[in-house]
Amino acid sequence: MKYSFAALAAAALLASPAQASVAERVDEIFAASTTWFVNLIFADLPGTGVPWIVGWLVLGALVFTFYFGFIQVRAFGHALQIVRGKYSDPRDAGEVSPFQALTAALSGTVGLGNIAGVAVAVSIGGAGATFWMILAGLFGMATKFTECTLGVKYRNEYPDGSVSGGPMYYIKKGFAERGLPLGGFMAVMFSIFCVLGALGGGNMFQANQAASQVESVLGVPTWITGLILSGIVFIVIVGGIKSIARVTEKVVPFMGGGYFLVGMAILILNWDMIGWAFGEIIRGAFTDTGIVGGMIGAIIQGFRRAAFSNEAGIGSAAIAHSAVRTKEPVTEGFVSLLEPFIDTVIICTMTALVIIITQQLLIDANTGLYILDENGRIANAEGVGAGVPLTSAAFGAAFSWAPYALSLAVFLFAFSTMLTWSYYGMKAWTYMFGEGETKELVFKLIFCFFIFVGAVSSLNAVIDFSDAALFSMAIFNIIALYFLMPIVKRELNSYLLRLKSGQIKAYK
Amino acid sequence: MPETYLIAYDGSAASDRALSFGAARARASEARLLLAHVLEWSPYSFLSAEEVAERHKRRNDEVGRAKTVILDPVRKRLTNEGLSVETVVRYGHVAEVLGDLAKEFAATQIIVGRTGEKGLQARLFGSVAGTLAQVAPVPCTIVP
Repeated sequence: MKYSFAALAAAALLASPAQASVAERVDEIFAASTTWFVNLIFADLPGTGVPWIVGWLVLGALVFTFYFGFIQVRAFGHALQIVRGKYSDPRDAGEVSPFQALTAALSGTVGLGNIAGVAVAVSIGGAGATFWMILAGLFGMATKFTECTLGVKYRNEYPDGSVSGGPMYYIKKGFAERGLPLGGFMAVMFSIFCVLGALGGGNMFQANQAASQVESVLGVPTWITGLILSGIVFIVIVGGIKSIARVTEKVVPFMGGGYFLVGMAILILNWDMIGWAFGEIIRGAFTDTGIVGGMIGAIIQGFRRAAFSNEAGIGSAAIAHSAVRTKEPVTEGFVSLLEPFIDTVIICTMTALVIIITQQLLIDANTGLYILDENGRIANAEGVGAGVPLTSAAFGAAFSWAPYALSLAVFLFAFSTMLTWSYYGMKAWTYMFGEGETKELVFKLIFCFFIFVGAVSSLNAVIDFSDAALFSMAIFNIIALYFLMPIVKRELNSYLLRLKSGQIKAYK
Repeated sequence: MPETYLIAYDGSAASDRALSFGAARARASEARLLLAHVLEWSPYSFLSAEEVAERHKRRNDEVGRAKTVILDPVRKRLTNEGLSVETVVRYGHVAEVLGDLAKEFAATQIIVGRTGEKGLQARLFGSVAGTLAQVAPVPCTIVP
């Protein structure tokens, strides 16, 4: 309890004098101190307009797709059977089921990336960005498969039955097993970026979007939402009040389902426009529709948002999946390859379709090109900012109550994603500094502080830093995946052989 | 080959009644007793990332507690009385798991206590005894 009193005291202190200027100052300091890092991560490949990090992720996804012979297609049906429990031994009931592993990992990725990220993608890259986003999602399935299989194979199991796993563990142990140098160094580098990613995409971006949605719908200033979010997260992760987290984890899947159903309803009500919307997506994907950067601009936005949303190649899902007890690491890989599909190919695409169909993006009737505003973004019907407000306007165009429901969903999604990422960040933190109450408390305090910073900062500064931090995790993770993918192939071939011979049997 | 009576036992008053009923019959017919403790569990519920990480440890704790606190004392008592008793702990939907256990251990009958749920709760969720009466693969005795 003493911690929550401290939080209240801190909140009162921050809230009292001239809050607006505090918010502005925080924003200024934040933007100034992160620009160099953002510029480094998003530097263009020489002679092109393509950020090298986007190329890096796409290259990885393509390599894994071809190396494993389109595993996302071959194993898709089998993955569904595993999730349905066809291969689960009834004697293992009471352990985490494949379905629970999938939904737990999804609750970390389905969220604001699907609502806000997609809106950002289409408002900069136009409808065509959707096409590239779907493509990136499909190829990203192979990346997820690779990292989650390794996550399970090289996790640490402790005598008390708990487990720790993730890229830092497979980088270190996998490299040692193959006799490769620098495993320890790369594992630490990954952990550093994972902590930054947890603070950026897993925290500030969420807080920022939740706060701006609550402000635009209910008129509550961002710093208040920031303080409240930061306070609740503080109570849960520092105060150990797990019941709040438990309630959230039970509610969020239904929120996700509800979001999907409302989106589907809008699409069904406008079924005659769906053909036109897909036409727009294809037209935008292959021609210049007047957006900044032309066709390349659409590709970059699509790829960037897909990676941000489904986190394939980032390494985060490997942390979540490695905790699952299974006899075959490959089965976790199979289950995880469904995540980019559900997250990007289904849910993100639905958001994009709703925005396109409700005609939020303004098109010049004479030229067929998008109309740009002064920031180089596509002007929208309601004149709202990119991110959640745009999605909210699109849903509001169909159902007037939708923005309120969306505000609640955004708040809960943001909260659950923050909790999941505080777990990821903590795992990376304890990998570097060791486990211990004080060390963990330091991380948790930093985490809560950044929620507030994220809530009051401007969208651009936060989005750029969040992307940069998340993508930087992919640098070392994907290098490691290249070196370790023969191990995954061995596991895969052995599993498929035994599946065929009937040694791995179905129970249902 | 002696008969096997499968008794659902969770330490509740209802399960105690089932147990004494079953034990009396077993004494008379020299049958073997199989005491089953089934923990309600659905593989389709939602868990948070942390719960996933702690699940195996929790499961070990739960199984351990079920054995030492609930099943072992009864087994000792009945064994001392000269009965042959086995115990088992499982997870899942209670009525379904009891049915599966009956097949697995070739039990000749299942004995459960009736908790006597009434009203809305029983209407919505049904009762173990009620479901079992419908799905049991062997004769089933419901002890009031």
